[in-house]
This record gives sequence, structure tokens and C-alpha cells, in this order.
Amino acid sequence: MKKQRRKFWTPLRGTVIALLIIAAVAAAIAWYLQGKNVAVFNPQGTIASDEFNLIKFTLMLSAMVVIPVYIMLFAIAFRYRESNHEKKKVKYTPDAPDMRWLEVIWWAIPIMIIGLLAVVTWVSTHQLDPYRAIDSNVKPLRVQVVVLQWKWLFIYPDYHVASVNQLKLPAETPVNFAITADGPMSTFWIPNLGSQIYAMPGMTSQLSLMADHAGSYPGYNTNINGTGYSDMYFKAEALPTQQDFDQWAQSVTAKPDHKVLDWASYTELARPSRTRDVTYYGLKDDNLYTEVVNKFMEAKTPAVSTNEEGNK
Amino acid sequence: MFGRLTLDALPHSPITLGAAIGIAVGGIVVVALLTYFKRWKWLWREWLTSLDPKKIGVMYIIVAFLMLLRALSDAAMIRAQQAVFAADPNSPISPDMFQQVFSAHGTIMIFFVAMGVMFGAFNLIVPLQIGARDVAFPLLNSISFWLFVAGMVLINVSLGIGEFSPAGWLAYPPLSELAYSPGTGVDYWIWSLEISGVGSLLSGINFLITIFTMRRVGMALMKMPIFVWSVLTSSMLIAFTFPILTVSLTLLALDRTLGMHFFTADMGGNPMMYVNLIWAWGHPEVYILILPAFGAFSEIVPVFSRKRLFGYTSMVWALASIMLLSYTVWLHHFFTMGSGANVNAFFGITTMIIAIPTGVKVFNWMFTMFRGKVRFATPMLWFMGFVVTFTIGGVTGVLQAVPPIDFQIHNSLFLVAHFHNMIIGGVLFGAFAGFTYWFPKFAGFRLHEGLGKAAFWCWLIGFLLAFGPLYILGLMGAVRRMDHYDPSLGWQGLFIVAGVGVAVILLGVFFQVVQIGYSIWKRKELAVGPDPWDGRTLEWSTPKQIPEYNYATLDAVSTRDAFWAMKHSHHEKAEPKYEAISLPKNSGFGVYIAACAFVFGFAVIWHIWWLAAVSLVALIAASIASTQRQHTHRIIPADEVAETEAKLRGAHV
Repeated sequence: MKKQRRKFWTPLRGTVIALLIIAAVAAAIAWYLQGKNVAVFNPQGTIASDEFNLIKFTLMLSAMVVIPVYIMLFAIAFRYRESNHEKKKVKYTPDAPDMRWLEVIWWAIPIMIIGLLAVVTWVSTHQLDPYRAIDSNVKPLRVQVVVLQWKWLFIYPDYHVASVNQLKLPAETPVNFAITADGPMSTFWIPNLGSQIYAMPGMTSQLSLMADHAGSYPGYNTNINGTGYSDMYFKAEALPTQQDFDQWAQSVTAKPDHKVLDWASYTELARPSRTRDVTYYGLKDDNLYTEVVNKFMEAKTPAVSTNEEGNK
Repeated sequence: MFGRLTLDALPHSPITLGAAIGIAVGGIVVVALLTYFKRWKWLWREWLTSLDPKKIGVMYIIVAFLMLLRALSDAAMIRAQQAVFAADPNSPISPDMFQQVFSAHGTIMIFFVAMGVMFGAFNLIVPLQIGARDVAFPLLNSISFWLFVAGMVLINVSLGIGEFSPAGWLAYPPLSELAYSPGTGVDYWIWSLEISGVGSLLSGINFLITIFTMRRVGMALMKMPIFVWSVLTSSMLIAFTFPILTVSLTLLALDRTLGMHFFTADMGGNPMMYVNLIWAWGHPEVYILILPAFGAFSEIVPVFSRKRLFGYTSMVWALASIMLLSYTVWLHHFFTMGSGANVNAFFGITTMIIAIPTGVKVFNWMFTMFRGKVRFATPMLWFMGFVVTFTIGGVTGVLQAVPPIDFQIHNSLFLVAHFHNMIIGGVLFGAFAGFTYWFPKFAGFRLHEGLGKAAFWCWLIGFLLAFGPLYILGLMGAVRRMDHYDPSLGWQGLFIVAGVGVAVILLGVFFQVVQIGYSIWKRKELAVGPDPWDGRTLEWSTPKQIPEYNYATLDAVSTRDAFWAMKHSHHEKAEPKYEAISLPKNSGFGVYIAACAFVFGFAVIWHIWWLAAVSLVALIAASIASTQRQHTHRIIPADEVAETEAKLRGAHV
């Protein structure tokens, strides 16, 4: 019985079986992912594309070390296993001195690979700095984001409108976000478009993104900010042209009975609640965003939540 | 009289109620059994008050294993919620409870499982490997252990009285501040870690000094077993970073308890400061855990390859450089906080540099096997599993070290998969390998191989099934800590696979429990001699049953792998001359001090100020009294040592 098993596991068979299993798993994953949005690998904006390319580059670089390691690990384990010594003459040097040149090799190769990656990291970190405005001839759109417990407020100061739980933006136009939170630390992330950044109370973070095409991209909060955290799922709607965006902005305030965002209605909105309803507002108070940031500088109490409230 | 403590603090959810009742019943059964068999005195004298590091080590491992079961059930609840109840508004696990569950899972796994296993190994192995009879400060060692237990008890009390932190395992403010988490949960988190953290700090200092001052004559630093090197580097990290944890927790406690504003969102507090502080401790903490695992593998691979460790010097330098570098990378946990590109790039590069010494270690392990005779016993299987999984974790780690890539991965399930990759594939596999390897030294019999292998395969396959899907989910945009998600995203299939993976892991744990039980039952058949694996380091030179003084004579050593050299030298061993040995007497101060600390923590959590004051005074008094003990040592006369040695060595030589 034992002998038969040993005969079966030749290195070639082992490798083939391992590769077959990997291929089968890969095929199953590919089948499962058909038609699904693997957002990070499905970039729809400049930043996300650059980041995806960076991922591919880093993976390839890592593969240069990982694949030899795997091959060596199994080859050495297979050749120098105890039972192999009984069958054939396999070298055994229990007190072998260290081989300096070998060690030099495996200090040197990773140093070179990491050295290369370090240069790429330095350059790409500066290029893809979230605070760096995207180079473009198109005039960027300004959006102010306030992350609430547990809603998203998007203010378009140049258009005097605001939207809750839905971001509107024109495609092929850089969008410069100013991001804050009126609540615990949160994160603003639209993976199809790229880079996430923290939203923090009393502070502004900046981010510049650009959608390449019209489309609807999911956005998330990635940092827990209370019981309603999981409901903080919104859609970023990239409209085909600037005209479409202008039209949308006008349509919000065109209705005579449209909702108005000022400090009073903001305070109402900021109260912790779990809702994914989309609402549009006309912006009455142009300074609203600054006031939200500054409210933590004063002795005003922040929007208080308790877990009990969240459960309702 | 009772501060904020009212009957309302009793559990509301059937799950927590069940768990609390389960723990209470379990406790009552243990107490009843101890009373029935009249074992209280024995327990107190032989175990609870013992200053023998071997016994303290065993107690650490037992506590850590119980906590592993607790935190695994938390993990199972997280997976069940995300796989089954994600779209169900009537899930038995409410969002609030879900928050507590994942916070408890992370906190317990790191502080009470990984740290416990590690300190257990320190206590069991280090004195033996350096050829010593004890640690530098035996009573301090016991106090450290009992503070660890006090923290552990406190965190479990939160199940039955009050609630646990909803703010994640590191409790970022302002969410963890009073404004957003007014309950007692965060306070439980703070005081549990504050108390056990002081224990960890004292323990780290203790082992640092033990290794520096108590090595056998002739054991120069570069002749120490590599595991001791790993403990040395790990203890250095503990000694220099745990104070940061203690201070951060204290400041947060001041915010919450006395209304200060260190980290609040308003009144000039700065939450970003907390994030920096906690990771200045938190990142080295990861290496505090992984370095001893590296050390264990560095012992196991040579023994099971019957060949000396390849590149000992490189290995030591790799450990030392990882230790130093680990202080310089904390900012990579929050590249997304908006630091400038220079800062982010700097920390990104320091992070990826760690891959170099780690890679070197992997190559050295492989070349230890090269031209060796490799026995694939269970510890070696854990090693193979470790290299295979840890390498994946290394790649995903390097990916995230590049700040712009991190911007697309941070806080997603990709990150969750990455650190479980490191902690399960690295720390836990290392712990299991070391457990199987060193078990026979302390038990006198080995663990059943077949069941061990079954456990290994379940863990490996379960791990891949549980965390492979999380990597993909992270790339799809799934973020950590969600209690539900929009079904239209199409994530549920992968969450179900991950849930199956956890079930397979639980099967592995089941095999491990059965393995221990079965091995104890069959201990006669599985009995082994004092050196079952053909070991290389001093601990294997002790007799089958290690005497409480470890070594009767303290002969000088002259080489690395001292025991291997002894076995292969042709010198006749001179008749040993025994001398009287002085060993520390038992002391109950560890228990007393920790009990005071526990009561103090509990009183502060519930704002029972009179009790806090009383217990604080008692704590200080007990600490001072512990330094005033007279007659701390007892002497074992030379002829008694000779008698014991004759009995222990004569029995099987």
C-alpha cells in the first residue's frame, strides 16, 4: 500500500495535479465573477487605472521571488525527504558550513527588487497623491463631502445644490473633493474611480478623481462609524457630459417646492439615522461646509449618537 | 453605591445570555469538582502560587487555548452573519452586537491568544534553552501572568455584565469617545488591555534581563539558540512599545472618565494623535508575535532536517533588522489619513524593506533542508504550510506597502485577508508547530501524529477557503466590519465559501482537542524518551521528567547546538558533582495583586468610586508588600539533588 502511494507521487505528477487544482480554482473564480464588478480590477477612472497598473507591476515583481521560492521549497522537500535517502544516494551534509555566496545572492536579489519597487513607490506616491489635482484641460468640478452618521452629503458649491446618498459628476471632468465628517472618523471610497481617503471631524481631506465614462459606480465608507455603518453604500452617477450635469443641477432647484439646505435643515439631516434614500437640496447657505468643519472648533456638542438610537 | 451598575447591565440578547450562562455554569462545575476532589490546596500550592516558569508557561497556554475557543466562536458568528443573515433584517445578531463581536474577536485573538501562547512559550522554553534554572525575576513573572489573567477575566465579564466595545480592536476615537460610545464597552476594552498590557510589559523586561544575565557559562550571544534570539528581539519590542499602549489607553480613559479632551473631535482634541500612538505600539506588536514564531521554525527545521541551521548569523541579523525596522513603519496603517506624499512614500519604502530580511529567512530555512534528511512529522508540515501561506501574505503585504495601492485596498476585506494570512499562517502555524515539537519534552509523551496531520490539513484548507474569498471580496469593494451588504452586489457566494472555510478550521480545532485528549488517554503507547526528535539545543538534555530546578549542574557550553555537540563528542562524561540549589519559594502575591487590579478595573468601568479607591490602595499596598518578602528562596540540599537525579536519569538511560 505504502509503496504504491510513493510510486504515484512523482514530482511531475505532483506538479501537474497542483497546477490542475489551481487551474480549476481559477476557472471557478472566473465563472463566479462573470458579470460582477471586481471594482479594483475594473478601473473606470484615471486614478483607478494607474493604481491597477501599479498592482499588476508589483505582482509581477513579487512573482519573480515567489515562484522560485515555491519551486525550490517543494523540490528540496521532495528530494531530501528521509525516505528518499533510503532508496537512493542523496547527499547529506549535517554539519555543512554556511555558503556565504549563496547568502549574498538572497540578500542581494530582494534588495534589488525592493530597490526598484522603492523608486516606483516614490514616484507613484507623488503622482497619485490624493491632494494633487488631476492634470486636465477641463475645469474641475468642486464637491464638498460631509460624512454623516450614516449618510453621505455631497455639496456642489458652484451649482448651489446638494445631494444625499448619491454623488453626481460629469464624466471626463476632474472632480476635486473636500471631505469632512460630522461624526466619527469615516472613509470615502469609490473603488472603480480610485483612491479612498479618511473623512475626519473638524478637518478637511482632499481627493481628486475623474471618471472616464458615464456609469454608476458604488461607493463605500470603509471605516466603522457606528451601527448604521453598513448602510453607507451609495452610488456615484457619472453623467455623460457637462451639459447633463448642468441640467441635473438646474432641475434640482427648478421645482418650486424643492428642499432647501441651510443650517437648520442640515442639523435635522445630521442627526444619526440609517437611510439610503436619495434626496436633492437647493443650497441656501454657501458656507455650510465650512461651518460644519468649524463646529468642532467651538464648544458646540457634536451630533450625539448612542447605540440604542442606532438600533431603532 | 454601585455607580452605573444596575440590573440593566445583565445581557439582553439570547446569544450573550447563553454565553454568559455557559461560562458561569462551566465555572461552577470546575469549582464543584475542585471542592469534591479536595483539590483546592493542591491547585493553590502546585499551580496558582508557583513561581516555576514551566508551570506558569503551562497556565499561559491553557488560558490562551480557552480564549482561542472563545474568539473562534466570535469568528464563526461574524462569518455566519455575513454569509447567511446579510440580507435578513431579523438577524439574531444586531448591528450593535455585531460590532461588539468583531471587536472582541480581534482583541481576544491578539491580546489573549497570540500573546498568551507566546508568553507561554517564553516561559517554557527560554530558561531551558539558555541552560538556566529560572527567570531573572520569578515573582514578577507570576505577577505578569496573573495580570494577564485579570485582563482576560475582565474582558469575559463584559459578556455577562454590561457590554463590550463597539469600536473595533483598536478603538479609534472619536468613535471610542464618550460622545459616540457612551456605554461601558470601551471602558471594558481599555481596562482589560491596560491591566494585561502592564503584565506584558513586565514580562518583556523580565525575559530581556533573563536572556542577558542568566545564560549558561560559555553561551555567548552568538551561540544562543535562535529561538532565544527571537525572544530577545521580541522582548525588546515589548519593552519599548508597550509603554506607548499603556499611555494611549490611559489618555483615552482620562477622556472618557474625567471628561478630558486628548482625542475628542471637539475642544481641541486630536483623534489622529491616537491613531499614530496606537500604531506606534500596534505595528511592533505584530512583530512581537511573529518573531518568536520565526524562532520556533528556526528550531524545528534543523531538527527535522537533521542538519544545522543554515546561515545562523544571517538569521540573527534578519531578526535584528526586522526588530529595528518594525519601529519605522507604523504610518502604513493609515496612508489614507492624508499625510503628504513624502511621508507616505517614506513609510511605504521602510515597510517593503522588511520583506528583505524576511525573504532571507525563508531562503535560509529552505537551505537548511537542502542536503538534509527531512522528516515530515507534524511540526514540519506546519512549517511547509507556513511558507506556502506566509509567502502569499508577504506579497499582499508588499502590495499594500505601496501607498497608491493601499488607497484601493485599505480597510477592505483584502486587508482583513492579509493580516489573517500573517497571523494564522505565521503566528498560529508557528505556535502549533512549536506546540507539537516541544509537547513531549514537558508531557513525556508525544501527540498523536495522525490526528495532528488531520488538524493540519483542516487548518490549511480551511484557511485557504476562509481567506481566499476575502481577498477577492476586497477587490470587489467589500469593506471590513459590515454586518450586511446590498444583495445586488453579488458577494454572498464568496461569503458562503468563507463561512465553509471557517467550518473546516473549526473541524481542525476539533481534531486538535481530540488529539490532546486521545494522546493523554494513550500516553503509555505514545511515551517517549527525553530527546524524542534528536534535538540540538540544551532543553533536550534534561531528563524525561524535567526537575523543578531544570539542571542539576551548570556545566559550561562551548558551541551553538550545545546538546547536539554533547551527543556527538567522544569525551567521557565526568561524574557530576552536585551542589545545593536555591529556588524561589511560592508566592501568592501574583494572585493578590492581579485581584486588586481586576477589582480596580471593574470599579472604574462602572464608576464605583469608593471601590476603586479601596482597590487602588490595596493594589499599591500589595505591590509594596511583595517587595518586602523575607526568605524568598528555599534550598535543595546537594544529596537531595543527587537522589532526584539518580531517580530521573536512572529510570531510562
